[in-house]
Amino acid sequence: MTRNILKQLALIGSMVSTTLVLAQTPQAPKPAGAPAKSTAKVDSTKQPDVGQRKFDANCGRCHSFPEQLSPSLTGTVVRHMRVRASLSAEDEKDILRFLAP
Amino acid sequence: MLLFLLFPGLKANAQNAPLISGGVGLLTTTNGGVTYLQPVISPVAAVPLGEHLLVESRAYIEEFIAHKNGNSGPYQGDFFAGLQYLQLDYIAAPKLTFTVGDFLTPFGTYNERLAPIWISNFQDAPLIYPIGNQHGSSVGAMLRGAAFSNSHVQLNYVGYFSVASNVKQFQGERASGGQFSMYLPSKRLEIGTSYSRLLQNQQGNSTGVHLWWQPYRAPLAIRSEYAHGPHAQGYWMEAAYRLSQWNGPDSWLGRFEPVFRMQQTFRESPGQGDQLPAVNTQRADFGFDYHLPHEVRINTSYSRQFASTGNTNIWETTLTYRFLFPTILKGGSK
Repeated sequence: MTRNILKQLALIGSMVSTTLVLAQTPQAPKPAGAPAKSTAKVDSTKQPDVGQRKFDANCGRCHSFPEQLSPSLTGTVVRHMRVRASLSAEDEKDILRFLAP
Repeated sequence: MLLFLLFPGLKANAQNAPLISGGVGLLTTTNGGVTYLQPVISPVAAVPLGEHLLVESRAYIEEFIAHKNGNSGPYQGDFFAGLQYLQLDYIAAPKLTFTVGDFLTPFGTYNERLAPIWISNFQDAPLIYPIGNQHGSSVGAMLRGAAFSNSHVQLNYVGYFSVASNVKQFQGERASGGQFSMYLPSKRLEIGTSYSRLLQNQQGNSTGVHLWWQPYRAPLAIRSEYAHGPHAQGYWMEAAYRLSQWNGPDSWLGRFEPVFRMQQTFRESPGQGDQLPAVNTQRADFGFDYHLPHEVRINTSYSRQFASTGNTNIWETTLTYRFLFPTILKGGSK
């Protein structure tokens, strides 16, 4: 039993330390959680636009970019996110512009 | 959708079509040697009305399939279906939204943000989830919004009041509460606090704090919560690291996401029906999630739970598909 607990603790320790080490690795080529689909809309040589930054900073904290998002749904999706994530009116407009340029 | 059937004159603009979203999943669990399956459908509907209103709802439809005699005998299924929330949102001002109906109780972060099967990293909710959440939803009114917001900091608030309700699909408890959080978008760091007071039966206060950090420089997410209820307290901490730094998020390796969660609960006094562990409990969850193309995801996890009533191994696998499509009734959308 004691051996099993020690094994569990060793496993926990190795996962936590690995996670912390990986977090210190050099700059990622693009922001964490950046949606694969959304990056295709932006020239990789430029900084992400303000709408994409706001998407990553708010919506992207819980879920990835919805792959099946059609332009006819963007307003509804962003309004839902405005309520759920307490987005300001300005954030809502910027994210909407990013999703449906 | 019902509103569009009742009021066919309602028109949506080009971006505001009513939608059906959500997830379909198959959940398997082996807990202490007992195995069960749960096919689940969890649809979300969102219907914008004009420029300021939104009706939203989420349902949960599942079959719980288990051996008739615990871990032997034929399998039998029990069917469950219900609404998790049905609310009307009125965006009253740039920094104020007013909500009425049956809404998710805003306590901590798990209930509102992480509970959907297509979002959660683990199949099980944290052990402290029952603290302050009034069984998940509240029936009444809620105010929420961003009190202050710029590119450096965002201050969010929520306040609500719930009434006692015994209506089958809209059960609620008389309670009030709120949440306040500070979010630093440039650091993706959030700290917040929640409060809830139950105003019926054994009245009691619940308080909580949460801390989230998702640095831009690595695909790492650290989420944590602490909560203190009338009879128990506890915490959970979760770390998830998507291996997308190896050949991108769409490579076979970059689709992996190891996840770890540690949680503890401490029982202070007996709390009949509070749905928290009856004795002090520690649990470590080790997960390995895989993000397949087309919104399909496989979550696997092993958990070891330690308690004076007995230690338990829990193995879980979840296969989910997240869907999103417009309803056929989309008013004047192009």
